[in-house]
Amino acid sequence: MTDMASLMEDRAAAKVISGNLRKPVDWDSPKISRQIKKRYAAERRFKMYGLSAIAIALLALAVLTYSIGSKGYTAFFQTYVQVEVFFDPAQIDPDGTGDPAVIGKANFDGLIKESLRKRFPEVTDRRSKRDMYDIISGGASYDLRERVMENPSLIGQTRKVWMISGDDFDMLNKGYISADVDEGDRRLNDEEISWYHALQADGAVEKQFHTRFFTNGDSREPELAGIWGAAVGSLYTLAVTLALSFPIGVLAAVYLEEFAPRNRFTTIVEVNINNLAAVPSIVFGLLGLEVYLNVMHLPRSAPVVGGLTLALMTLPTIIIAARAAIKAVPPSIRQAALGLGASPVQTVTHHVLPLAMPGILTGTIIGMAQALGETAPLLMIGMVAFIVDIPGSALDPATVLPVQIYLWADSPERAFVEKTSAAIMVLLGFLVLMNGFAVYLRKKFERKW
Amino acid sequence: MSLTFLLLAIAALCALSFYFGRQRAIALSGGRYSNLHSLPAHYGTYTAMWCGLPAILLLLVWHMFQGTIIQGMIISDLPPEILNDSGKLSLALNSIFLLAADNGEHLSVSPEVIDAGKRLASLQIIANVALVVVMISVALVGLAFSYRKISRDMRARNNVERISRYVMIACSGIAILSTVGIVFSLLFEALHFFTKINPLDFLFGLEWSPQTAIRADQVASEGAFGAIPLFVGTLLITLIAMCVAVPVGLFSAIYMGEYASPKFRAFAKPALEILAGVPTVVYGFFAALTVAPFLRDNGAVLGLDVSSESALAAGLVMGVMIIPFVSSLSDDVMSQVPQSLRDGSYGLGATKSETIRNVIFPAALPGIVGAVLLAVSRAIGETMIVVMAAGLAANMTVNPLQAVTTVTVQIVTLLVGDQEFDSAKTLSAFALGLALFLITLGLNVFALKFVQKYREKYD
Repeated sequence: MTDMASLMEDRAAAKVISGNLRKPVDWDSPKISRQIKKRYAAERRFKMYGLSAIAIALLALAVLTYSIGSKGYTAFFQTYVQVEVFFDPAQIDPDGTGDPAVIGKANFDGLIKESLRKRFPEVTDRRSKRDMYDIISGGASYDLRERVMENPSLIGQTRKVWMISGDDFDMLNKGYISADVDEGDRRLNDEEISWYHALQADGAVEKQFHTRFFTNGDSREPELAGIWGAAVGSLYTLAVTLALSFPIGVLAAVYLEEFAPRNRFTTIVEVNINNLAAVPSIVFGLLGLEVYLNVMHLPRSAPVVGGLTLALMTLPTIIIAARAAIKAVPPSIRQAALGLGASPVQTVTHHVLPLAMPGILTGTIIGMAQALGETAPLLMIGMVAFIVDIPGSALDPATVLPVQIYLWADSPERAFVEKTSAAIMVLLGFLVLMNGFAVYLRKKFERKW
Repeated sequence: MSLTFLLLAIAALCALSFYFGRQRAIALSGGRYSNLHSLPAHYGTYTAMWCGLPAILLLLVWHMFQGTIIQGMIISDLPPEILNDSGKLSLALNSIFLLAADNGEHLSVSPEVIDAGKRLASLQIIANVALVVVMISVALVGLAFSYRKISRDMRARNNVERISRYVMIACSGIAILSTVGIVFSLLFEALHFFTKINPLDFLFGLEWSPQTAIRADQVASEGAFGAIPLFVGTLLITLIAMCVAVPVGLFSAIYMGEYASPKFRAFAKPALEILAGVPTVVYGFFAALTVAPFLRDNGAVLGLDVSSESALAAGLVMGVMIIPFVSSLSDDVMSQVPQSLRDGSYGLGATKSETIRNVIFPAALPGIVGAVLLAVSRAIGETMIVVMAAGLAANMTVNPLQAVTTVTVQIVTLLVGDQEFDSAKTLSAFALGLALFLITLGLNVFALKFVQKYREKYD
């Protein structure tokens, strides 16, 4: 602006100096070429601003992915410790019955502790012993029991068994706890670290793929906590959301686009849909809390309520996308169908809807992806409870993936940081799949009329 | 599970009635479909609708009232000493529901409550059985009724189309219903709140400490419900977010629309869109565990005292989240500026950047302002980032390095955990929700009006 303006001023000045005679601008004069240089420099600067804005945005994306990925990938592997276990018949099955009920009740925890005491006989005082028991997770006894139940002939034998380690020990093995830090500032004392080195020297520490992370529900113990419960909760919630918002959204879109007369009702509906699309999600949570829980007394924390709430939230997305898709079907199709004697409803159901379906599905998938990542409204309706069991139906208390991430992010244990990041990776994986499918649908069925 | 079963049963009945209706129409036609008024499938659909729709409607109404009615029946049977104490009542109800769901063995409660739990369980079973029986019979009655009505001359197609039109209108009406639901549920509880707290104290009070005692034996503060610190905190974080999102979003839109080669655009545009698709809880985690410690440590190096829950961290990350929102909206607006304006400017010798700054940007300004307003409304309503990365203490400060709290954070903290719908603490969340709803709605309406009023028309 300023450069252009100064150029004009110069010209005006030139005009005044030369009286009324119009003296041509000397485009090769040093002054002009300086100005042109300046303007071109401004141009380059401006372009740089644009490029760096994109670079900043992409950098933020890269840092985000990197920080999640680098924190989370270790969670897919879990430290296991190998200990020699004597399957003591006196402990497991004193009467030699072989009855699974008896074996199931045996104190496998005691067996593991016994084996650890044998491995480190020098540990005698009670506190150190308690620390030592933490090397193995409390969940290992269940594994051991299952093993013996499957194969009762183990009783009386001594076997080397890989057992899942406790979370602090796992953190140490993954390098998150450094021995260089002052002893008081870390979760493990020098003695515990020395046990780790001793076990490692035996080759009795190794990382194995952490299947529990994908098959377990939530737990207070990071090494036993998994995402399966939250994933199932998400599945139920999304199923309810889809079952409600897809038919309602499509029918509403068809009505508004194909049948609705221009009257007050239609205008109110359209204004409402646009406003609902901009209402903060937490307000939908308040609505769900008040209407579904306080007025209708539906069960708290249940995926049904979550699904109902999210359905209201995704409805505007689906309606808007479906209307756009229906609008994109050319009128000639409708005219041809009507001309051949089809009724308006037949025209829509036989011709317009099938042609618009890819677009509608794309919009629906994007709406579902939004619903899958939504957290705030679900906090309002009590889906943040600590739930260990895998929900068996949409009426059982459950949590969903993003809420699980929120809960783990709030947990103080260091090991939950990697769990949280890993859960985020799984959630993002699902979102990428859904969006990828939407893009695929759009590409495959995209039509130019 | 019984609900799924019920829905499947109804669906099966509908399929069956479709088949029956169709078969009957075919039988009536005597082999020539032209003897019928409508296609056989229309008769089938007609019977299926009569079978399914009343049953589904009944199911909805039933579920709306079942919980309330059963709870009313249980409450009316409780002894008066529980009834007259709202705290005891909600506790007793809680145990009754746990007992009925077979989760209450460990509870030590009075025999009345145990009886009530048993009664609740039996009532629930009765209600469920009754629902199944009533629904199936309604479906069968509908089937029989419509089946008998089928005749050669019945206008099945017209009937079906009329019914489906009503269904479609009802579906569109849900948009209105949910707005009405939002307004009423917020208004109802907020009015409840304002009977306890003076609205002026709420709107103009300078102190916010809602942790009042829910039970008499809890130690807590008097409670102060002045929302100004929350509004200030929200505005501060929104402002920081806008400082990131507006320049970055705008410049990326400009580069993407005016400079980028198609190849670059095809790569960068979806990449930016990814930022919009990342769930907010992920941003919250990122802000709390990566950005906030980074700022704190670097601040310490520079000698600044950055709080570990600083407004800056939450605001920056929220800004990143909103970049694609600003950029795609302003990209749309700027691409609508007609090519002739550009060509005119180039013809006068302006460079590209001069054209953008002096011609395109002013022409697109109303739309860009609208986009920024929408972005502000989104930032104000954003919840998870601030819940995870901003603080809880209601500090009245505009220092971005300190912890502030926002409206949404307070709603979440007030409503997660103990809820008591006659304490000002819980109800204040609804008052905040109402304020949030009105502000975002107002911003949206204003943005749309602004765009409509100042938009340049180029036809």
